[in-house]
Amino acid sequence: MTPQTLKKALLSVLALIVAALWAGPVYWMLNSAFLDKITLSSTTPQFTPLGGSGDNFVAVIKDSGFLRALGVSLTVTVITVIVAIAVAFLGALAISRFTFRGRRSFVIALLLIQMLPAEGLFIAQYKMMSSLNMLNNVLGLSALYAAAVIPFTIWMLRGFVAGVPPELEEAAMVDGLSRTQAFLRITFPLLAPGLVASGVYAFLQCWNEFTVALVTMTEEQRRTLPLWLRGFIQASANREIDWGQVMAASTLVAVPVIIFFMLVQSRMSSGLVGGAVKG
Amino acid sequence: MSAISPPAPAGRSRSSDRRRRKGSGSLPALLLVPSLIILLGALAYPMVWQVITSFQKFGLAQQFGQGADFVGLENYRRIVTDGEVWVVVLRSIGFCLFCAFTTVLIGGLLALLMRGVGTVTRAILQVALLLAWAMPVVATMTVWIWIVDWRRGLLNWALTHLGVDASGHNWLASPTSFFAVAAAIVVWMSVPFVALSISAALTQISPEVLEAASLDGATGIQRVRYIVMPLVAPVLSLVLLLQIVWDLRVFTQVKFLQDAGGFANQTDVLGTFIYRLGTGSGDFGTASAVSVLMLVLTLLVSWPYVRSLLKESV
Repeated sequence: MTPQTLKKALLSVLALIVAALWAGPVYWMLNSAFLDKITLSSTTPQFTPLGGSGDNFVAVIKDSGFLRALGVSLTVTVITVIVAIAVAFLGALAISRFTFRGRRSFVIALLLIQMLPAEGLFIAQYKMMSSLNMLNNVLGLSALYAAAVIPFTIWMLRGFVAGVPPELEEAAMVDGLSRTQAFLRITFPLLAPGLVASGVYAFLQCWNEFTVALVTMTEEQRRTLPLWLRGFIQASANREIDWGQVMAASTLVAVPVIIFFMLVQSRMSSGLVGGAVKG
Repeated sequence: MSAISPPAPAGRSRSSDRRRRKGSGSLPALLLVPSLIILLGALAYPMVWQVITSFQKFGLAQQFGQGADFVGLENYRRIVTDGEVWVVVLRSIGFCLFCAFTTVLIGGLLALLMRGVGTVTRAILQVALLLAWAMPVVATMTVWIWIVDWRRGLLNWALTHLGVDASGHNWLASPTSFFAVAAAIVVWMSVPFVALSISAALTQISPEVLEAASLDGATGIQRVRYIVMPLVAPVLSLVLLLQIVWDLRVFTQVKFLQDAGGFANQTDVLGTFIYRLGTGSGDFGTASAVSVLMLVLTLLVSWPYVRSLLKESV
């Protein structure tokens, strides 16, 4: 074996160990989700889900707490995605198709806002919602979520809108379409991938969000899925809990996210540092 | 919001600048009205309230509905002079910098590693990183808390088998090991983004250039120092900046670990501290002042990033 191939082999082994470290916890979640309580409470862990069952999933799905939280999460997410995409789309049109006074300041404000941490504002939002009597209100939470995702959604859509040349629209207008018709029949279909990508982004944000939900959804009946998952962890501080069920619940929360994330990942990560790479 | 939210510009054609329609009356304003209503209502209003409140004193009387008095900079003075607040600020900044630099270091090394291995191994590593990146933060927390669980966790079992007697050791019970666990989790969930971004930047470097340099006699270290580094430096500083911004706001991770058994008063970071002040003791004055500090710190760190985005397009 030449030093060159030895080095390559060592690097490959190292890479596989690293891969195991990063995929490990995800695997551990899936693995534990299929094992029953007795297997999980033995002193030696079981490393494969062989001999396991889907009982934990059945138990979680039958749990009324899960179904309620799923309902709240889905409602908030759907409302937010629809509102945010519609509103952000109009905003993206404004900043990419028109020049107007204050446009640059507006864009700067958007970029700065989307860097702001929710944790730096959530107590103020909590006070506002409480004085409006909107705590534990699905619409209230959706409004806060919409405000959180709109800046970035506008920025993302702006790129897509700018990618469709206005000349296409103008050509259609020369051919006799009205401006609205030209927009709806020429530009809009070309923007569909952009709308889907930003919709997925908004979905991921709402589905995973914990901080703002924690302060505004204080009643148990109004918990979103992340808050419901936290309930198990709180219980684990004082007593031994059924980790198999917690992992099954986590899996149910994570799987839609992993699927959607994989769908848009390449677009998101290339965009993230795109400017710097292009140099 | 969460740590996976990437502020990605979908940077497109620069030429669109020239194609923009000028004027068109009040149409652009109308298009912006819905965004402005939501942003002003849900972000700007609470922000203004927060700045005003940060100059007020909240105590017992205010919980019974009395208006709060203005006390000037008193709340801000407390941040610096009150030991409890100051410790939280320093702890947050320290934790944030530690996690951000560690993440970028490990991410950079993994990006180099990806370049050094074959296609299949690289693909396996990439999929593993993507899986970890895709995990929702709450699911990440439940599985990690299960792994470090003191009764039946995988970690203690593995350590015991490696010869360290860790059975029954509760990692969340002391602040030092609490933050070691927190840092491990934060780094674990942030490394994929950094590694894949740097790896993407590395693929932009053509092998011919490196080959030419080595023919000219440049050693491995020299090639990294003079060819690779200058080309990936912009990406490196960008991801470092984003990590600093994201790690300053760690909330979910610390909150979950506290719920699982950490002592809240010794393990607070900015986010959880604000949460405790605001919802627990009703001290909105101090909570607002700390929040304003957090926002200002974020804006200061973010500014170079925003400027680089603006330069690229707009």
